[in-house]
Amino acid sequence: MLTPRIVSVFLRAPLPPGLAGQHLVVRLTAPDGYAAQRSYSIASAPGAMPMELVVEKLEDGEVSPFFHEVVAAGDHIEVRGPLGGHFVWRPADGGPLLLVGGGSGVAPLMAMVRDWYASGAKVPLLLVVSARTWDELAFRDELVALQARAPLLRFVAVTTRDAAHRPGDLVQRLDSAALQRLLTEWGHAPAHVFVCGANRFVEAVTTGLLDAAVPPDRIRTERYGGTG
Amino acid sequence: MATRGFTGRRPSAAFASRLPPGQFETDDFPVLSKGPTPRVDLATWRFTLSDGPRPLASWTWDEFEALPRTVWQGDIHCVTTWSKFDTTWEGVTVDDLLAAAGVAAPSAYALAISHDDYDTNVPAADLLNGRAMVATRFNGAPLAAEHGGPARLLVPHLYFWKSAKWLKGLRFTARDEAGFWELRGYHMRGDPWKQQRYSDDP
Repeated sequence: MLTPRIVSVFLRAPLPPGLAGQHLVVRLTAPDGYAAQRSYSIASAPGAMPMELVVEKLEDGEVSPFFHEVVAAGDHIEVRGPLGGHFVWRPADGGPLLLVGGGSGVAPLMAMVRDWYASGAKVPLLLVVSARTWDELAFRDELVALQARAPLLRFVAVTTRDAAHRPGDLVQRLDSAALQRLLTEWGHAPAHVFVCGANRFVEAVTTGLLDAAVPPDRIRTERYGGTG
Repeated sequence: MATRGFTGRRPSAAFASRLPPGQFETDDFPVLSKGPTPRVDLATWRFTLSDGPRPLASWTWDEFEALPRTVWQGDIHCVTTWSKFDTTWEGVTVDDLLAAAGVAAPSAYALAISHDDYDTNVPAADLLNGRAMVATRFNGAPLAAEHGGPARLLVPHLYFWKSAKWLKGLRFTARDEAGFWELRGYHMRGDPWKQQRYSDDP
């Protein structure tokens, strides 16, 4: 369990290694043949075994509750992938790299951070992760520990309903002013920007980045949910 | 092979026949895009119909709004497996655009081209005879920017990535040229009833 609402699902599957940022399609089949399929981001680095999928529980969901309440070690799950050829980062793409995630949207960014570190961490990386509280920041302890080892990693935690736990962390919703300030303090112009989270979060962050004069063609997004 | 412990949630009988295989119904209107929502200015907006590199006709926003309008009501299907029922769109059909330009479809394929450098390929047969429009209104209101406003393509019988947001032109092409997602592993046509999601689907 990553947070009270987000779990990791570890898969051992003979799949191609893929690229950081990709997802798997998971297909669950009922005894009568009825099937439901959903996409989940891969949080492990390409080629890592087991492969780590991140699943947030949607209260009225059909598939995500299965991964929170039913699945057990040893179960067989049908998957397809890794898929996705746009929201991906390869070590050869370089940086500076800006990753901004909201809630479970940190999952594909985690694959990039892990790939960045495994490949030698040669470019500056600013990772900004937002969640409601400190305890709802998925991968928080791993990222804090990684920052201590990787001088080129700057990890900023943003909480919207909690106090700041570390110097430099923010307590607010990310907006244009906060993003401008983070970019200025970082001191790098990002060559590649990846933003992942709920639609409202991604829309707010990308609006802020455009306001901060980040060129739109450097910004890639992955959104979930909608406008209601 | 059944998944241990999975029962699933089936759509009601009334909806089941409207739901393509592998889809689920949502009341939400999810947003997917490759990047930021582009900032499109109506004062400089133009829509251009072209035959390869050659422009056939071009309209300003006011000129476009004066073209004959059509309302379409029905269901839309996204390759990420959500479907949305009973949506209402208003816009200008591709047939009416060609008629206003005084031409017939110049070739068998087209690329829909967007303000954010997105593009997607659609066979002309899927655009003609009332099957597609350039939509500017959704459920009676101007189309919101996050959903592709001011104008997006609407090809509702194909997966919704074909219905390009922030549309600025339609370019007819001699060959079926792969667009943005089609170059990144997605199907060239994208019929939801045949589950043509990825390039290796039949």
